[in-house]
Amino acid sequence: MTAAHDQLPGGEPDAIRALLPWYANGTLGAQDRRRVEEALAHDPALVAELAAIREEAAETIHLNETLGAPSSQAMHKLFAAIDAEPARRTRLSLSARIAAFVTALSPRALTAAAAAVAVVLVVQAGVIGRVLVEQYGASGYQTASYQPSKTTSGTTALVRFAPEAKASEISDLLASYHASVVDGPKAGMFRILLGDKPLPNAERDKLIARLQSEKIVGFAAPAE
Amino acid sequence: MSGAQAASDDVLIARIASGDRLAMQVFYGRHHVRVYRFALRLVRNEQVAEDLISDVFLDVWRQAGKFEGRSAVSTWLLAITRFKALSGLRRRKDAELDDETAASIEDTSDDPEVTMQKKDTGEALRACLGALSQEHREIVDLVYYHEKSVEEVAGIVGIPENTVKTRLFYARKKLAELLKAAGIERGWP
Repeated sequence: MTAAHDQLPGGEPDAIRALLPWYANGTLGAQDRRRVEEALAHDPALVAELAAIREEAAETIHLNETLGAPSSQAMHKLFAAIDAEPARRTRLSLSARIAAFVTALSPRALTAAAAAVAVVLVVQAGVIGRVLVEQYGASGYQTASYQPSKTTSGTTALVRFAPEAKASEISDLLASYHASVVDGPKAGMFRILLGDKPLPNAERDKLIARLQSEKIVGFAAPAE
Repeated sequence: MSGAQAASDDVLIARIASGDRLAMQVFYGRHHVRVYRFALRLVRNEQVAEDLISDVFLDVWRQAGKFEGRSAVSTWLLAITRFKALSGLRRRKDAELDDETAASIEDTSDDPEVTMQKKDTGEALRACLGALSQEHREIVDLVYYHEKSVEEVAGIVGIPENTVKTRLFYARKKLAELLKAAGIERGWP
């Protein structure tokens, strides 16, 4: 290792060095893992440092494994404390609560409730029928599995999000690209629509490369 | 930890939240050793560590309903353990948690100088790992033994992710210095 390494992690090489312990413990995201692997392929000093880190990790595991385990006293103390806790009010699931409510109704109230449900079903059927007639007119019968073809005039891409990506981050990312999910996930991939008009290939590739460089994107490619 | 185990930890926590004592036993059996070792490395006293883990798992029993699943269950457990261990240490007048005093707490490992004669790099490394400050020991254990990600360590220790990377960098640097003092030259710093 060189003297230049004796610094705070700052620039790109040191940033890569700072990631090595997490590369060794297997918790880096796909993008950081790729960055580290590319650097390792060209820097023998990094390879040596990774070997040192693996040695440190092995000895840390050894050290911890020799610490033994707590005695059974700890468990007895815990469960004695749990048994001394006030009885917990069991929280019933929604279905259990509905079942309990129905059971508590008198036969007369139950009959009235059933009649009310029947009326609601009839009204609901009428509303659905009217909506269908208005939407499709006299265009005839369609199967339930029929899907009108989506007119996707924008650019589509296949994307796999990083496993640690949060829903809010994905939603923000889609908003920042004026994108929406049109299909998926299939094999972990989503098909997304970028913008509302097709882009020339060069522009499309640039956009997808930018998408690929996002922290929460593990993979992105143009969709056919 | 595997994804399957993480998923079943979530199921166990849901069952514990509904007062399932058997689920609590399974959960305790699965995690108590690692939690104990993490606690022991922080407090360095077996009896205190045992009392601590009873307290940690009692908190799990009481708070399971509030677990929101924003982190892995094991990460949540280590965060509770750390909080309780450090709170307990702060209460002890003779164990203020600055680096100097934490480093001066008696360690059962050999001194690096003693280890020098043993001519065993592994043994010397373990001795030097034991001689790190509490702050450095903790981060080394979380990454190397508990296999936590940068984000998870940040959550457990309560520091920004960049500080996590910097702290481990300095912990490793200190380790190299201790090894050098013990006669083992690794070329850095």
